[in-house]
Amino acid sequence: MSEAHAEDIKKHVRTYIMVFVVLLALTIVTVAVSTLHLSTVAAVSVALIIAVIKGSLVASYFMHLISEKKLIYAVLVLTVVFFVGLMFLPVGAFSDKVALP
Amino acid sequence: MQIPYTVQLRSDTGLFNAKLGVWLFLASEVMLFGALFSSYVLLRVGADHWPHGWEELNIPLATLNTVVLISSSVTMVMSWASLKMSNFKKYKLYMGLTILCALIFLVVKAFEYGHKFEIGHYPSYNTFLAIYFTLTGLHGLHVIGGIVLNTYLWGPGSYMWKTEPERFTNRVEVAGLYWHFVDLVWIFLFPVLYLL
Repeated sequence: MSEAHAEDIKKHVRTYIMVFVVLLALTIVTVAVSTLHLSTVAAVSVALIIAVIKGSLVASYFMHLISEKKLIYAVLVLTVVFFVGLMFLPVGAFSDKVALP
Repeated sequence: MQIPYTVQLRSDTGLFNAKLGVWLFLASEVMLFGALFSSYVLLRVGADHWPHGWEELNIPLATLNTVVLISSSVTMVMSWASLKMSNFKKYKLYMGLTILCALIFLVVKAFEYGHKFEIGHYPSYNTFLAIYFTLTGLHGLHVIGGIVLNTYLWGPGSYMWKTEPERFTNRVEVAGLYWHFVDLVWIFLFPVLYLL
């Protein structure tokens, strides 16, 4: 392995440590916010925003999505489309008036 | 016949085969957990009463487990980086720590489950606990799967480092993809079940 490559990895390692610290901080924030017992809408929004940030950090840096090949992005875009579809199924269920008494 | 493209990148995908394979597997995993998350939303919105996570569950233990799992993700990626820097000893250390963290996670989870069972709170107790046990149970199975895989790569599987170091490094990388996914699922499970 060339010197330059090993140097690259060392830079990556510093990034991993930074991401780790941010993840820990966000965990503390999300737990702290939950003790405030905000209204449901506010609580859900804050918790999900923090979770999405944490999830994105893990996917981008630990799973190297920040510099990945196009084909993998294509697979993930398709997955996101279907995932969003799944999340809207409950909405569909509740707009179905027949199901309501 | 040798398995093709374990190290060499395919010219059409630009990837070694295992990486694309694992990402496709993870895509199916997103749908599996997504279906259960969707069920959770439906159950919660449809319920007359839904307990807050903090009334039913142990937040300090779950926070500890979150920290443990995040740490294991870092040690996992460090084990791969160690191989990239040709440091096999450090690989063993970091992979060992990853497995240790995963075991700690399971022990803490077992305490949580044990306490629930002691007071008679089984999945049939209410809808909240039904979806709680389903989601965390499925996640726990994934943690066990990760432990099996990582233990193989830490122990007998690591002999490949001597014969085919690049192929072994790629194996550790894709095992890492799976492990980070397990961490990622927990990052969503923790607030959804415990904090809301």
